[in-house]
Amino acid sequence: MSYIAKPKVHHPSLKANAIGLTRRDYEGAITTLCAGCGHDSITAAIIHAFWELSIPPHKVAKLSGIGCSSKTPAYFLREAHGFNSVHGRMPAVATGANAANQDLIMIGVSGDGDSLSIGLGQLCHAIRRNVNMLYVLENNGVYGLTKGQFSASADKGSTAKKGEANAMEPIDGALMALTLGATFVARSFSGDKAQLVPIIKAGLSHRGFAFIDVISPCVTFNDHEGSTKSYAYTREHAVEVVQADFVPLRDPIEAEYAEGSVQSVTMHDGSIVNFRKVAGDYDPTNRDAAYTAIRDHQRRGEVMTGLLYVSPDSKDVHDQNETVAGPLYNLPHEQLCPGNDALQKLMAQFR
Amino acid sequence: MNSRVNDFAFKIATANGTGSASANGLIMQAIFRMGVPVTGKNVFPSNIQGLPTWYEIRVNKHGYTARTPHFDLMLALNAATYARDVAEVRPGGYLMFDSSWPLDEKLHRPDVTYLGVPLAEMCNAAFKGVRERILMKNIAYAGALAALIGMDTEVIANLTREKYAAKKSLLDSNETAIALGYDYARAHFDCPLPIQLEKMDATKDSILIDGNTAAALGAVYAGATVGAWYPITPATSVMEAFKGFCMKYRRDPETKQKKFAILQAEDELAALGMVIGASWAGARAFTPTSGPGISLMNEFIGLAYYAEIPAVIVDVQRTGPSTGMPTRTQQGDLMLCAYASHGDTRHICLYPADPREAFEFAAKAFDIAERFQTPTFLVSDLDIGMNDWMVPRLKWDDSYKPDRGKVLSAEDLDSAKNFWRYYDHDGDGIPQRSLPGVHPKGAFFTRGSGHNKYGAYTEDATEYQEVLDRLDRKIQGATKAVPQPLIKQIAGAAVGLVTVGGCHAACVEAMDLLALDGIKVNYMRVRGFPFGDEVRQFLEQHEVNFIVEQNRDAQLRSLLMLDLGVNIEKLESVRYYAGFPMSAHHVINGVKAKLEKVA
Repeated sequence: MSYIAKPKVHHPSLKANAIGLTRRDYEGAITTLCAGCGHDSITAAIIHAFWELSIPPHKVAKLSGIGCSSKTPAYFLREAHGFNSVHGRMPAVATGANAANQDLIMIGVSGDGDSLSIGLGQLCHAIRRNVNMLYVLENNGVYGLTKGQFSASADKGSTAKKGEANAMEPIDGALMALTLGATFVARSFSGDKAQLVPIIKAGLSHRGFAFIDVISPCVTFNDHEGSTKSYAYTREHAVEVVQADFVPLRDPIEAEYAEGSVQSVTMHDGSIVNFRKVAGDYDPTNRDAAYTAIRDHQRRGEVMTGLLYVSPDSKDVHDQNETVAGPLYNLPHEQLCPGNDALQKLMAQFR
Repeated sequence: MNSRVNDFAFKIATANGTGSASANGLIMQAIFRMGVPVTGKNVFPSNIQGLPTWYEIRVNKHGYTARTPHFDLMLALNAATYARDVAEVRPGGYLMFDSSWPLDEKLHRPDVTYLGVPLAEMCNAAFKGVRERILMKNIAYAGALAALIGMDTEVIANLTREKYAAKKSLLDSNETAIALGYDYARAHFDCPLPIQLEKMDATKDSILIDGNTAAALGAVYAGATVGAWYPITPATSVMEAFKGFCMKYRRDPETKQKKFAILQAEDELAALGMVIGASWAGARAFTPTSGPGISLMNEFIGLAYYAEIPAVIVDVQRTGPSTGMPTRTQQGDLMLCAYASHGDTRHICLYPADPREAFEFAAKAFDIAERFQTPTFLVSDLDIGMNDWMVPRLKWDDSYKPDRGKVLSAEDLDSAKNFWRYYDHDGDGIPQRSLPGVHPKGAFFTRGSGHNKYGAYTEDATEYQEVLDRLDRKIQGATKAVPQPLIKQIAGAAVGLVTVGGCHAACVEAMDLLALDGIKVNYMRVRGFPFGDEVRQFLEQHEVNFIVEQNRDAQLRSLLMLDLGVNIEKLESVRYYAGFPMSAHHVINGVKAKLEKVA
């Protein structure tokens, strides 16, 4: 992982956000990934989304597991605490951090090996718990750091660099998330920043587990002909069914839409996501319809993208637990310790 | 048999899931309230219903609490185990059985007195409904026992009234059932038997409590706010008790909102991951588990050690290897906890001997984990955790302030020139810590990969080793922070007796009995790892030290050798590891056998 700090050069004409920060303030160290890696484009989209939302970087916790994708939290938000945990176990660490301090804005970055193989169980249970975090799965269908083995998201028939075809069925993160009761499911493409940025923003405003599966081609090991996770294949087969426009709480709604073509969903914090329907009569609040639509596109050899599903009445792990507002970690000890008098009263029960 | 007032043991054999636990609890509590020291050992199967289960009660006026395998009276209430139950009665002892059915001639021993009580017949006549008849049969045997050993009927009546104050119908049934057994025994046998109770005044400052409940209470008092766990025998009741206490003490009085979060994880890996995440974010967090859980947690334990994140792990040990016997006790994880995970690691361990220490050490574990920024183990076991022990009332010092260690506040960070996460500022090997969300200057990247003292990634040989060597110094520094060994020097003693954890009870009794045979021993119970100078000095003081422990491989002896470099010639091993708590005779036999060998 890189520790080469990026020089902090501020161009005077760089635009500042509501808290006076420029996009440079949301950057991290220089990437050590291969030139052209999809992950770096996702990093750029993350930087852009946080900047647009004017989130103070140090209020963010960025977590990851192990793998190429898991290196990327070093490349954005240098003023945020980062946690490069163990392989496939980031969801548990994130769950604990969120339990201790629900005011942290949490982003987890993972890959298809980290999320769908070694960490499949942890991902499933984080979805079930509805931990309040943005979870970005940078999906390239291949193990990059160990040089080119198939991952669990590799499509059946997709070929490896040396020509070998994958014989097994893939695990589709978006479909799996929907069946597990995920409250926010999106699929995007690292090459489509215009689509990705509003989805990331909506995910950060969602109260609960916001799952984004981003097809992110591996230029070194999985960008050849025969791969179904290459830039060329994804560009050719991606079909956007719904375009999400994210409108933060304080912003006026400026865009105008033709009647009937927009569905608005109000997020927990009062911000709004407007879904512009690109294809047909897609309802992003209907879980079963989302599932069916994804399967229909797959049968046609297409990769359906967009913010595919949002549950308007999402309850996160603290809502379920009925935790007090604010962080637990800094509650004063006198509120936590019942004291000796209470202990002596309790002792009567043990006699 | 001579009269054996306040010094005897009996065993109750029943089938699991029939409700005998409440009768056994009643018996224990009644003896305790008569002021007589008492211990109970629940010998239960890994099963919910049907398999045989036993409850052993030892009454001892001297306060010896170790398990004794010699039973003066057997309440043989499970026909499936009659043969082995009959065999376990001490010659000259008694056996009570349900005489609703005849006892097979083959089960008769000439040296045992048989006491038949028609429990089923009486309960079938007195109660309606299958379930009630079964449940009340248990209460009826408690009634018969009360007559046989001379329990105070007033104490029993009070206990029953307290327990069923809110349920009149249950109170009536219980009172009827007790009277059935009691009256039958009084009418048919010469009550009380020579093994009998007499009121004492030896329990008024004590309580009966299990170690899991006590450890949970320690976590509450220490201010733990996040508990993550995966259910496992024998650790499950730690989190159940924690939850119960938190619901009682930790909810906002008006909104009822919780000042705690309990996460039932998908497995032990996740449970420790959650604890690490919560501790990283600044909370006091813990996970209770047993050996199989520790095995799964190894990867994360190494991360927490290397990335220097506090984590409190309660290991309620059970027998291994593998699934082993989940409902039997052992000290089989001593090595595992001390050196868990790949690479060079060493972990701080606290070894309670009874529920009082489980309470105190659980609280202390949070201070140590945060002070040293490292995983800290409370190494308990099934015997301490799940059995009721008589211990002094728990006390809490209200002046206690949690030691959060070197955590920098927003103000500290604001005025600091630099923040270097793994930099040793003052030579104690402990770096400064920052929490997420507090201040931009505190930001750094926590990682399990190679890092230098500034917190940056490294593959540089010198930078890597510098951090690894500091970690070793840091953990060594904990020798003074862990509970110090308990040492008892006896005038004229030439050999040492050394143990850990729950073997204490057997060792204390064995020392007294050995003294009667003219064998004097000095005693040391280690209570924390890494070991300090006191432990070394004690071992070096004697030519021979007997190391008493409950595992096959003499793990405590290995730890003493590895950590202190003590010569193995000085360390004679005494072990018992078949799954029951250690008894004094195990220690005595072991010591005597080795002394003969040495001589």
